[in-house]
Amino acid sequence: MLKIALSKGRILDDTLPLLATADIVPRDNPETSRKLILDTNHEDVKLVLIRASDVPTYVEYGAADIGVAGKDVLMEYDSDDLYEPLDLKIAQCRLMVAGRENTPLPPHGRLRIATKYTKTTQRYYAQQGIQVEVIKLYGSMELAPLVGLADFIVDLVETGNTLRANGLVELEQIARISSRLVVNKAAMKIKYQQIKHLISQLQQAVAQKTV
Amino acid sequence: MQYQDYWLLPSGITEILPEEAALLEDLRRKLLDLYARWGYEMVIPPMIEYVESLLVGGGKALDLQTFRLTDQLTGRMMGVRADMTPQVARIDAHHLKRDVPTRLCYWGTVLHTRPNNFAGSRSLMQVGAELYGYKGVSSDIEVLALMLETLRVVGLTEFHLDVGHVEIYRSLVNQAQLDATQEIQLFDAIKRKAAVELAELLKTWRVETTLAIMLNSLIHLHGDNSVLTEARQQFKTAPAAVHHALDELEQLHAALDHTPLHFDLAELRGYSYHTGIVFAAYIDKHGEAIAKGGRYDDIGKIFGRARPATGFSTNLRTLVTFTPAPPKQLTRIFAPYSTSPSWMAKVQELRSQGEIVICGLPQQVGDAKMMECTRELHQTGNDWQIIDI
Repeated sequence: MLKIALSKGRILDDTLPLLATADIVPRDNPETSRKLILDTNHEDVKLVLIRASDVPTYVEYGAADIGVAGKDVLMEYDSDDLYEPLDLKIAQCRLMVAGRENTPLPPHGRLRIATKYTKTTQRYYAQQGIQVEVIKLYGSMELAPLVGLADFIVDLVETGNTLRANGLVELEQIARISSRLVVNKAAMKIKYQQIKHLISQLQQAVAQKTV
Repeated sequence: MQYQDYWLLPSGITEILPEEAALLEDLRRKLLDLYARWGYEMVIPPMIEYVESLLVGGGKALDLQTFRLTDQLTGRMMGVRADMTPQVARIDAHHLKRDVPTRLCYWGTVLHTRPNNFAGSRSLMQVGAELYGYKGVSSDIEVLALMLETLRVVGLTEFHLDVGHVEIYRSLVNQAQLDATQEIQLFDAIKRKAAVELAELLKTWRVETTLAIMLNSLIHLHGDNSVLTEARQQFKTAPAAVHHALDELEQLHAALDHTPLHFDLAELRGYSYHTGIVFAAYIDKHGEAIAKGGRYDDIGKIFGRARPATGFSTNLRTLVTFTPAPPKQLTRIFAPYSTSPSWMAKVQELRSQGEIVICGLPQQVGDAKMMECTRELHQTGNDWQIIDI
């Protein structure tokens, strides 16, 4: 039995065609079905639908053998205990520092950064030798600098439209983001034939798409 | 204070109730008997000691896992052990000072600052065995065989054994002559088997082509023993140490030919202290290793004497969850309260025969059945008889 953890939305939409080239097709339509565990055309392969930020947790503890998670989620999750054998090159975007143009820096005291990526943000600034106060928010980051809650925000940027609409600009790039295939360590060892095969098929599918 | 402040335990700290405790104790005895039969002598290291010795060779991970407190007598920092292996290594190197191979086993509670698995425990019951003073692969084979025997005693027959050798990676990396930051990045990519990232890193650093090919291939070298043959091909031009490592893995495979082994040449668990073969057992539906070990030569150096060492350890609390619960054998005898002088004599006689006898208390709640007994002591005249109920 191979359980593959996916999150609804863009990752699911972009992963299904890749899985199809590896001959894994869900029996139910994931868009309309309310089921959280989907059967596939293979008796021993199931798709598990969970929240994007839960994917690494499920895979690390073996509740799913394989998963697809954004690099942003993996950086924030920050675990040594996952294999990350393949960049699927889907759901591509950038993790950026953004803010108002010419934000006056606080003369003394610390920068306040609003983000949902608290660990990644802390780590990024620490590497630059800057101590910051991180404010954890769950959404609508763009608002924070406008109402004076934070100096900058750290968030995913795809087109930059939302930033522009709110008078913010991209300032620094922290990382390029794309979705990765993650594999549970025990599963990689116990089911290596099945998993190695799947990885090489997906790898080919990714290579063909990017050519 | 509220009611729950009195009974709620800290996260990851558990108490063991009678049923589980009985299983645990049964398993603990069986394992210690097993180790004794293989000639492993038991040692009992202290629960708490100075952090310097607790953390020898353990790296940053062990450091963060260790609870600390200040010793009021010396002002020095003490730690509650998070792993017993360094303690046992100290006992071998500093106290026993034997020249012959030394086999030691141990069990005890270890405390972790953070649970290392999902909803996991922070107070583990570690049990393990170590073999000191012999450098060759034969001692790795013995220790691995004993770990397999441990799993069999638990009742596990379906497990997957993962074997690696950290010297392969180590000698390849040494050849690459990277700086400290690069080494961390490389280690991280290999640990995650992140193929694309690894290739990009090696390209950016302009690592020499044949070496880069070898490092790239390392993360794909996992699977059955055909991996070893493949590795010989891939690592043709590699340093002698790589081939020596492959020799050792082949010998191990030959010695354990009844056990299916999974080789993973990029397995770097415990890289900061392991120096040779590393191994771990996995079972289906459990995301992490249930028992693990490997070689860690020279750890004793800091205790005054470098000694080759290999061993394994496991967590009794995890093992017991995989032990098939034996059918509850209730053969206890209930002895209702009596003032007769012959009563206590009979109870004692039965106990000396190995029976479990529960003495009734005056006007107590519950009869033999409610006390989970299957037999009862009855007085007929001057005689006492056991009757089934």
